[in-house]
Order: sequence, then C-alpha cells, then structure tokens
Amino acid sequence: MSRLGLRLCVGVASLTALTFGALAAQTITAAGATFPAIIYGKWFEQFRQKDPSVQINYQAIGSGGGIKQLTAGTVDFGASDKPMSDEEIAEVVKQRKFKPLHFPTVLGAVVPIYNIEGVTKELKFTGDALAGIFLGTVTKWNDKAIASANPGVKLPDQAITVVVRSDSSGTSFVFTDFLTKVNDAWKNKVGANAAPNWPVGLRAKGSEGVSGQVKQLPNSIGYVELTYAIQNNMGYGSVQNSATKFIKAELASVTAAAAGAAASMPEDFRVSITNAPGAAAYPISTFTWLLIPDKISDPTKKKAITEFLSWMLTTGQQSAAPLHYAPLPKQVIAKEQKAISLIK
Amino acid sequence: MDARTRRRYAVNSLMLGLTGVCTFLTVSILFLILGYLVYNGGKALDWDFFTKLPLPPGEPGGGMANAIVGSIKVIFLASLIGIPIGFLGGVYLSEFGGTAFPHVIRYTADLLNGVPSIVIGIFAWIVVVVPMGHFSAWAGGFALSLMLIPITLRSTEQFMRSVPQSLREGALSLGASKWRTVVTVVIPASLSGVLTGMILGVARIAGETAPLLFTCLNNQFWSSGFNEPTASLPVMIYNHAIAPYEDYHRQAWAAGLVLLSMVLVSNIAARLVLSRGTARR
Amino acid sequence: MATAAIPIAKPRSFLGRLIGGDEIAFAITWTASASILLVTVMLVWQLWSRSSLARAKFGLDFLVSRTWDPVAVQFGALPFIYGTLLTAVLALLISVPLGVGAAIFLSEMAPRRLSDIASFLVELLAAVPSVIYGLLAIFTLIPLLRTYGEPFLHNTLGFLPFFQGPMYGVGYLAAGLILAIMTFPFIISISREALMDVPNDQREAALALGATKWEATWQAVVPFARLGILGSVFLGLARALGETMAVTMVIGNTPTISASLFSPGSTIAASIANEFAEASGDVYLASLILLGLVLFLLTIVINGLARLLILATTKKGTSV
Repeated sequence: MSRLGLRLCVGVASLTALTFGALAAQTITAAGATFPAIIYGKWFEQFRQKDPSVQINYQAIGSGGGIKQLTAGTVDFGASDKPMSDEEIAEVVKQRKFKPLHFPTVLGAVVPIYNIEGVTKELKFTGDALAGIFLGTVTKWNDKAIASANPGVKLPDQAITVVVRSDSSGTSFVFTDFLTKVNDAWKNKVGANAAPNWPVGLRAKGSEGVSGQVKQLPNSIGYVELTYAIQNNMGYGSVQNSATKFIKAELASVTAAAAGAAASMPEDFRVSITNAPGAAAYPISTFTWLLIPDKISDPTKKKAITEFLSWMLTTGQQSAAPLHYAPLPKQVIAKEQKAISLIK
Repeated sequence: MDARTRRRYAVNSLMLGLTGVCTFLTVSILFLILGYLVYNGGKALDWDFFTKLPLPPGEPGGGMANAIVGSIKVIFLASLIGIPIGFLGGVYLSEFGGTAFPHVIRYTADLLNGVPSIVIGIFAWIVVVVPMGHFSAWAGGFALSLMLIPITLRSTEQFMRSVPQSLREGALSLGASKWRTVVTVVIPASLSGVLTGMILGVARIAGETAPLLFTCLNNQFWSSGFNEPTASLPVMIYNHAIAPYEDYHRQAWAAGLVLLSMVLVSNIAARLVLSRGTARR
Repeated sequence: MATAAIPIAKPRSFLGRLIGGDEIAFAITWTASASILLVTVMLVWQLWSRSSLARAKFGLDFLVSRTWDPVAVQFGALPFIYGTLLTAVLALLISVPLGVGAAIFLSEMAPRRLSDIASFLVELLAAVPSVIYGLLAIFTLIPLLRTYGEPFLHNTLGFLPFFQGPMYGVGYLAAGLILAIMTFPFIISISREALMDVPNDQREAALALGATKWEATWQAVVPFARLGILGSVFLGLARALGETMAVTMVIGNTPTISASLFSPGSTIAASIANEFAEASGDVYLASLILLGLVLFLLTIVINGLARLLILATTKKGTSV
C-alpha cells in the first residue's frame, strides 16, 4: 500500500509540474466562424511563433456560436462572417457592458461543392438552380434547371443529396443571403439566416462537417468556403452573377465583388457584398469579421489583441492569397487601422 | 423415436445452436472493433503524435500531445473531486447510515448515474462556465466528476458491505471506536474491491465526450493551469472524424487507438487488482 | 444497521463519541453523501428554471409540435422525441434477441470457464467509449450500409414504408445499428446473471419430466428470470436514449419525422450536442435546456423501472 501511495504521489507531483511549471503563456480564447478557420489557424500559429508569450486559442464553432459565446462572456473575442444585427449588438451591450466592434480580416467566397459519380467537369449553376436544389424542388442531377446551364456535361439520373450546416453559421447566412437576392421562392419560403429552416438536406456540423459529408456521399451537394473545396480536391461550380456571367470563385473575382464596398465602407464595417455589381464579380463573396469588445479590462489581453490586429492588417494579409482567401482592399485596411484606437 | 420427439430434438439443437451463434456474433464484434482500430491506428501512430501540437487545418503532420496531457488533466480534476466524495459517501452508506436517508442517497446516486452525459454537460456549462466567464479544465473536470461520484459511491458501498460483520464486531469488542474500526478493519479488508471500482469509474469517464463539448471546449495549443480551454482526446477524435482532411482522419484513428488502449488496459488492470485481492484473502 | 449488531458495547455518551471521532467521521461522510443529493437537486432545479422561457412560451405543445425553427423562434421537440424513441426501439429489436440468446448460451450451455471469459470480453465491449463507436461507424458502417445494406433491404423489403426513399447511409438505421452494438453488453451481462441465479432445481425438475435441454431452458429457466431480463432491456433502453456522440456522428441531424429508416433524423441528445454551443437567443437556449429536461425525465423513468424489475427478481427469488 505504501508503495502504491508513493507511486501515486510521484505521479501527482509530476503532473502538477507539467501543468503549472512548463508554460506561462497568456491564453486568449476566441471562437466563431468556421469559414475563415483555416487562415485563422495559420495566423494564430504564426503569431504565437512571433511572440510565444501570447497564444490565441481559436475554436471554429460557427458564427452563431461566436456571437453567442461573446454575449455569454465566455470568450475574449468572437468571429463571424455575418455582421451582427442591431438587436444582437444591443444584447451584448446589455449583458456585457461593452460594444462589439467589427474588424474585417479577409474576403472569401462560398462555393457549391459537389460529388457526382462520373462527372469531372466543372458545373455551372444559376441562382435559380441552386435555390431549387436547396428548396427541394430540383431533385435529380439531370433536371433541366441544372442541365440547361451545362450543355455537353452528362449528368446522371440520380437523386441529389443535399448537405447543409447543422450549426448557426455565417456561411449559411451568406449563401442564403445570395439566394434571397436572386430567387423569390427562396425569399418567401426561407429567407436569409445563419440558421435557416432548411426545407431539405442532411445536416453536418461546421464547414469541416459539410465537406466531410459531401466527400463521403455520392451525388451530394453542399456549400463551403472556397479553401475547404481546394484543400480537399473537391469539385466546385461557378455561379451566375448579376451580369448573367458564370464566374468561378478565385482571388480576382472575389476582390472584384468587394470593389464597390471598399470605396464606400460604412463606419462600423457591416456590409453585405453578395450579388455585387460588376461583370467579373463572384456573387457569393463576403468579408469575414472579428468581433472585438470596445472595452478590454485586462491590459495584457488588450495589448495582445491590438497587437494582433495591427499584425493581421499588415504581415498577416500576406498569408491570405496562398490559402485562397482574398486580402483586404487598401482603403479598408487604412480605415481599420484607425478603428483599432477605439478599443479602450 | 416418433416424429414429435424428433422434431423436439431438432428444435433443441437448432435453438441451442442459435444461442451459440448469438454469442459468437457479439464477441466477434469486440474483436472486429479492436482489430480494425489497431490496424488503422497502428498505421497512423507515430512519435509526432505524442510530442507535437496539432497543425492548422489542412496541413499534414503534427500530433495531439496537448490533447493527451489535457485529457490527463481533466481526468485528474474529476478524480480529485469525484473519488473522495464518492468514497466517503460509500463509507457513510455502508457504515454510518441510518434508515431513511441512505435510501434517499442511494436512489439519488442511481438517478445521477442515469443522467445522460450531454445533460451533465449542460449543467456544468450553466453552473461553472457561465459564472467563471470562460471554458476551462475545471468545468470539464466538474462535469466528469458528477459521473464518477455515483459509480465510486455504489461500488465502495457494495464492497464494504461484503466485509463480514464478525470482523467489525471483533474490533468493536476490543474497544475500538467506530471510525477506527472502519479505518483499520473495514477499509483494508475491502480495499481491492474499492480500488477496482474507482479504476473502472475513471476508465468510464476517460472516454466521455459529450460533457466536454461545451465545458472544456478545445484548444489547439498547450493550456497552462486548469483555467483555460483544454484539448482532450475524445473531443479531438470527434472533431477530426467529421472533418474532411485525410490527415485528420489518420490522426483520429491514432487517437482512437490510444484512448481505447488506455481504457481497456485500466479495465483489465482493475480486474487483476480484484482477483489478486480476493485470492490473498 | 451496524449499530444494532453490537450487543456487548455499552452506548457511549455523545461527548465520548465526539472525542472518539465517531461523530466527526459521521459528519464528514454524511456531508459527502448529502452533497450528492444537493448537486442532483441543483441539476434538476437549473434545468427547470433555465427552461422557464420555453415552458412559458410553448407549454405542453413543445412535446407535440413538429416545427424546430430557430428563425421563427418556434420550437417543438416531436422530431427529436420521435428520433430518440425510434432509434432506441430499433436498437433493442436487434440487441434483445441476440443479447438474450448469448446470455442463455453463456449461462446454460457454455462451460463455466468459457462463459467467464466471454462475459469478460463483453464487459470490455461496454467500456469502449462512444466516440470510438462513432469513429468506426463513419468510416465502416455507413459506407457498407450505403453500398450494400440499404440497397439490399430496399430490393427485398422495399414494399414496406420503412425501406423506401433515398439511401444515404447516415440516418435512423445507422444510428439504430450502432446503438444495438452499444446495448449488447448491458443486456448480456445482466440477463446472464439473472439466468445464473435461477435455482438448479428448476432445470432438473424440467429435465426429469423428459424435457429437452432447450425446453427446460425456455420453459422453466427463462420465465423464472424474466424480470431480470426485462430489467436488462430497460437498462439498455435507458442507455440508448441518452447516447449522444455515436448517434450524432451517424444520424444526419435533421429535425424531420419520416417512416423510412433510411431517412436522416435527429435525437434529443444529438440536437443538444449540435446546437447548444451556438444557440443564440434566450428562447432558443431555453428550448435546448428544456430538451435536456425532457431527456432527463425520460431516462429516469426508464431507469427507475429497470431497477424496480431487477430488485424484484433478486429480492423475491421466485417467479411472479
């Protein structure tokens, strides 16, 4: 027994040493959107290497989750690819006594990803075809709503398996925001929302979950941020924009979509760029935002967060393009650098 | 033999054969699980898995060192809270209990034991995460301890009750006070059983995922102390399994193998403790 | 109880017991026990009070409404209750015959040594964490179901409404199968104990009357242990109802109600796991907590029934 006791003591002691002794870094917790999670993962890793005393733990739980946990006060800052509504901001002010500030970080595109047996060519989707698929009115891959835009592609006579997000998601918001702008049936039945009442579809958690599910299921379609599609070698289609051109999501077409917004960015950075004008603009593009409290009481955390923001707006932007996100337009960066001083 | 008798004997061998098939099926599932996990996990397991941090999504490589340490931390906290309370409660039920109150406690413990783990997670989020203002190993440890307490309590009581009454009477008649009797006679006599119960309880909570989802959250880095969001193996397996990346799947298999080995080894160890303890007596 | 068994020792005074430490030991162990009661009461109270918004808004309609719509802030639990019960029943339909069959083999047929080894292995099966079942299901069970299992069922039994519709692999059927595997150990080990507790007279009497081994087992032994077996079924049911991770990984997480077992669905526990961290809005959160309360009540009722049944067999020792 005494030997057992001794061994237990040694075990406990070494465990305590391990947990307290080794590391004394300041941890900042952030949570939210899965859409930019790939570049955020990269950024927070790079930033930790630059300054090992600060580590920012980012958990991709969905945009809705980011807003909720910020409201509940369980994270230091949130992230979302859907700008917060006035009511949501008021709720944070009421519960937490600070106002969340929106800081755009990068631009990205939501793409329809698919996994169709025997189809390797890139598909073209009209807004109406996408709305029909996700409403459940277009049920087969060879439906003429899809086929008419894709002459020369042999589409199978197979049922479409729709995969959507189960969590409250900015990606869903951007996608449904686009569908609402281009399709009246969608507008009346479902509308734009982070957690819409989907008429059809399997549900998977996070962008990882949706791309994982589409990859596993033949004849399925889903929607994710461009990077997820490219990283996983998945087929993704081009989408018809407001100038009736079929545009593929890439840096240039996403940047083109932001051109209008960059020139007339509102003071609080809350802006939608879906179905943006311009012949080269990709229609399901969006900014993605960090939601930072305007009052941070802990001075070390405040310093770390503002330093991260400055770094992200300069050095950090260089990581965007290799990961298939579009860097911010110059005017927006200049405007944000001024806004950092609002954090008290 | 008439036709009826022959039919009866045919039914006899058929049905008995079928029960054998049932047994074979269920036991073979265990071997299938083990085999498949060992095959996939073994292929995936490398030294990096134990020593490196996870890499940003989509980059192959990295490991789950933080999740292994995180799991140990959370289980340590859960044991720190759960084992003493469960043990002392079990001592009370077996040695000090009156008539009505122990029944209430026993019933409550069974009730708590039956609460779905996800509900425990909600409870811990409400009473620990929200008031503290952040996710932490403490919250996860608290949630798991709620599952550990009833297991420890009932097994402690059960094994202490099986200590023969004559041993207690012997000590008491020599003038020992009741608590001395408990400490010097009852506890040593039931130690192997009580320890077994504790190890089994810890092994059970080690694999729990649902209570950690919104208490510990997760962490891609090391977490210092117990006050920060903490990575754990079960949550990592979940996140990696549903993700699209091949390399995440590989690591999920490796983590599954590590977790399952931990759980099964402690289960087998617990049973060895028990059989050795009883053999000595 | 223990005090009553000490006839010689004269009762000590309160002071004497305090100095002797008995009162302190009593107080410490009593506190530990009472804290269990306290924390359980707190759990119930928190679930009750935090769900008040949803209870006030939806009342009992919560249990029978099929809409789960965070946009319109309309929440009804029926799809989840349906999914929870359907998957659990499906699991038991598979695991009860197999499990009881295996228990009969282990208690009546197998040599003692083999029986012990097999039941040890079965208990290890119970120790496998549910997330590992989920991991295995995603990468083995679901592709198998999609390519072989579901098409086979559709082709042979497709006239039944249960086996129609598109075949994804994920859905009620996958969840039911994985839950069946997870409930095996409970049913086997408890049924086996109940069967082994049946007195040998029971078997010998039947055999002496000329019964075959199977007849003796089925007509004399199994009825004797039926309450214990039923108890094991209820324990398995309680486990299946509350299971979270393995189910959420394979069921598709869609709040629909469908007769087809191929259809994706959701359960109470799975929907909490999916939505709790991101539910924004007070009513949404309260509704999820209310779901938790419903699940809690469901499992304690089932668990209570199981314990009563097991208790009834072990106490009386005779068939009722």
